[in-house]
Amino acid sequence: MSKSASEPGVGRPPATSDLTPLAETDEITPQTTIGKFKIPTDALRAYTMVFALIAIWIYFHYSTNHIFLEPRNFSNLMRQTAVTGVLAVGMLMVIITGQIDLSVGSVVGLAGGVAAIAQGWLGWGLVPSLASGIAVAVGIGAVQGGLTAYINIPAFIVTLGGLLAWRGVVLGLTRGETIPLRLQSFKSIGQDYVGPTIGWVIAAIAVAAIAWLTISRNRARRRHGLNPTSLGSTAVRIIVPSLVVVGFTYLMNSYEIAPGVRAGIPNPVIIFLAIALAGAFLTQNTTFGRYLYAIGGNPDAARLSGINIRRHILAVFCIMGALAGVAAIIYTARVGSASPDAGQLLELDAIAACVIGGTSLMGGRGTVFGAILGALIMASLDNGMSLKNVEPYMQNIIKGAILVTAVGLDMAGRKRG
Amino acid sequence: MTTPDQTPFLEMRHITKSFPGVRALDGVSFDLHRGEIHALVGENGAGKSTLMKVLAGVYTYPQYGGDILIEGDVHRFAGVREAEKAGIAVIFQELSLVKEMSVAENIFLGREPRKFGVIRWEQLFRRARKLLHDLHLSIDPQTPIRNLGIGQQQLIEIAKALSHEAQILVLDEPTAALTDSEVETLFAILTKLRMRGVGMIYISHKLHEVFRISDRITVLRDGKTVGTGPANEWDEPKVIARMVGREVGDIFPVVDHQQGDVIFEVRNISVSDPALPGKKLVDDVSFSVKRGEVLGIAGLMGAGRSDLLMAIFGAHAGRVSGEIRIDGKAVRITSPAEAIKHGLGFVTEDRKRFGLVLDQTILNNMTLAGLRRISGRFLTSIDAESAASERTMKDLHVKANSVFTIAGTLSGGNQQKVVLAKWLLTNPRVLFLDEPTRGIDVGAKQEIYAQINKLAKTGLAIVLVSSELPEVLGLSDRVLVLHEGHLTGEFTRSTATPEKIMACATGHSKRAA
Repeated sequence: MSKSASEPGVGRPPATSDLTPLAETDEITPQTTIGKFKIPTDALRAYTMVFALIAIWIYFHYSTNHIFLEPRNFSNLMRQTAVTGVLAVGMLMVIITGQIDLSVGSVVGLAGGVAAIAQGWLGWGLVPSLASGIAVAVGIGAVQGGLTAYINIPAFIVTLGGLLAWRGVVLGLTRGETIPLRLQSFKSIGQDYVGPTIGWVIAAIAVAAIAWLTISRNRARRRHGLNPTSLGSTAVRIIVPSLVVVGFTYLMNSYEIAPGVRAGIPNPVIIFLAIALAGAFLTQNTTFGRYLYAIGGNPDAARLSGINIRRHILAVFCIMGALAGVAAIIYTARVGSASPDAGQLLELDAIAACVIGGTSLMGGRGTVFGAILGALIMASLDNGMSLKNVEPYMQNIIKGAILVTAVGLDMAGRKRG
Repeated sequence: MTTPDQTPFLEMRHITKSFPGVRALDGVSFDLHRGEIHALVGENGAGKSTLMKVLAGVYTYPQYGGDILIEGDVHRFAGVREAEKAGIAVIFQELSLVKEMSVAENIFLGREPRKFGVIRWEQLFRRARKLLHDLHLSIDPQTPIRNLGIGQQQLIEIAKALSHEAQILVLDEPTAALTDSEVETLFAILTKLRMRGVGMIYISHKLHEVFRISDRITVLRDGKTVGTGPANEWDEPKVIARMVGREVGDIFPVVDHQQGDVIFEVRNISVSDPALPGKKLVDDVSFSVKRGEVLGIAGLMGAGRSDLLMAIFGAHAGRVSGEIRIDGKAVRITSPAEAIKHGLGFVTEDRKRFGLVLDQTILNNMTLAGLRRISGRFLTSIDAESAASERTMKDLHVKANSVFTIAGTLSGGNQQKVVLAKWLLTNPRVLFLDEPTRGIDVGAKQEIYAQINKLAKTGLAIVLVSSELPEVLGLSDRVLVLHEGHLTGEFTRSTATPEKIMACATGHSKRAA
């Protein structure tokens, strides 16, 4: 391997800036005017997403005779979101870096199969079984990341190969059989709930954390001579997310599995939320995260600023692998068995979630929050259309159309903004 | 061949063109006769390329002022296609051939002979073969472009232009990548075209070639014509004097930098060309810089200045030989990260491509290279970053609403300051500046000059690469001159003159001291 300038992503065509006239530019943050309100375009995009989600929910709620937002269905919806959501967090980091991972569906199948074989055929305990599944997924991430970063094979090709190869490995390993889960503790990861009391404790901690973070952030702004946010908007910043947390917990806790037995928050949802928080922290508050955005935004500038592009691409694929492993555990536990075709097309759901959430496939742009919203939208469409007994073929057509429309609207908005 | 007085075939009258903050062309007039080679010379940034883009239809009418006349009729091209139809063909420095296609396909790209939409291959190859034959080029039209050298590709570009029946051919630095024998082939072809009555505009920094091939010479400086004359009445010193003949004004306050010990030294640096094995972009260059010194590196485009800096900074790892010493100790630098660790900073040329993440905020850009120093190894601290970038923003007078403004929305001058800020925040000991004022307005230029002097005063060693002679002369304590990868001159502030530097930079005079 020569150490020439052919680092991944660096071999761009020469900039055409020389040929295009300089644009007259304003030195302001992009803003969009609606009536008399001026809203930063980025924030507007996030709000639009939230409103789209709420609109979808309201529509399904009324068109399904008020079943959709009932605690029982809502709990199901959240559980369905968990797998796609966990994958979307990893996929977001991959895409921000300017890469792609098409293999995650097959990796979910393989990791789930390995974990199921470990606890079933090999008779291993819970922890070693889970660890074996996750370890396989991380190993795959390392191989794919290594091929992409150090051998310069485009990620699209590496992971397209992976999509085929890893599925083949599952089929071979399981000999085409579906392996049932023997361990109840394994199943409970996907099927059980944290009790209502614990749910409320978590909610209380979350509300306290939101308040503390908002207030301390404000203090920091003042310390650095930035305008602190007004009292009113501080209150809104605390109250709105807190209401979401409380409402969410209440809804989850009011689902009665049996008369008098309240469920609480499903385990997969707790895992998903924890991973989402960790992902948001990693991308927004660490040097690692900052470097990912820089690499995706302009690999040449990132490299000349002393960032080791290859190591970061490798790391991001390993993280993606680990999260695919976690998603595999949740998926297998929820279904109660590992089938050789488990996880098919999940990679597309994860990519779609990111893209609907405003992530640019060119790299450098996207947030965990957006990806999660995207995952929720995708899962809501699945769930709602199933409730309405929309034929499967029609479901695919509608989901495809919505994906393309969402990105089309986003691009149109970007051009104007 | 001189053409007697008749209406010129092409006439450009009082062409003006402005970019925000810069007047690139200020009433330039230029004409061209049939069967004439008219050379256009001037320093980088004098307006040659802009003038040719106006001619080629890259800038459409209301974007520029003045008139373009062909055979006496005013033409206002709505785009590149229309200019092509009028018989104008421009061969830019960056070739526009599709590497994976054959020679013939490239020549007729978009205009393939066809019947009912089906390409008639035998006709395409026959016509291509005839065209190449007429130019005495022994190249098989079925060869893929990627199998040809840069020189042959250049000739294919010319064949392509001729297939359009171009009457006006613009050649922008056509010999930059050619070997001597390829230059001879090119000149033979140009001479033949001249006989056929094609008018040619020849842009080149290589004055000896200009004098060999052209009939007339026009010199541009700062967007204005400073003279047009027959080549056989001028000589190189006369042209050089016109190219540089501008006062080094008061914008360069003469500052005597307090110089300390040698802090940085390179010995026998060579860089090989990744595209042409065996060719060296930089050939055996050695120099040293002292604390508090500003070392200027002059030279024309393609002289290897940027490659020299890239090599020092570890960005050309694998094709660099030579030794780098910092504080007298030999160090190995194989990546930009290591260069930064050793206290080097590098404000790159082309801020949009190499300097900035345009989609991101000023803050993110300013702290990118020194993030771990400012924030901490693993966690970012938005507070520490805001404080550092706001302070630097104030020091460098970056004009923007806040550090959270997106870098891509800033003007060129402010973008350049953000790149400078990025490197200052790494706390460098040696700072390399590659064309730090390219494409920015005069006000921002002066601010950057003031910063350079201020930084030198604090003991920072500065290496300044610039194509603008006044800049190099006005700021540097010492000036090195590069020509085609070789060091061809070294001057102190008192011995450097624009004429001497230009002579070394054009290879006219070897090793002046």
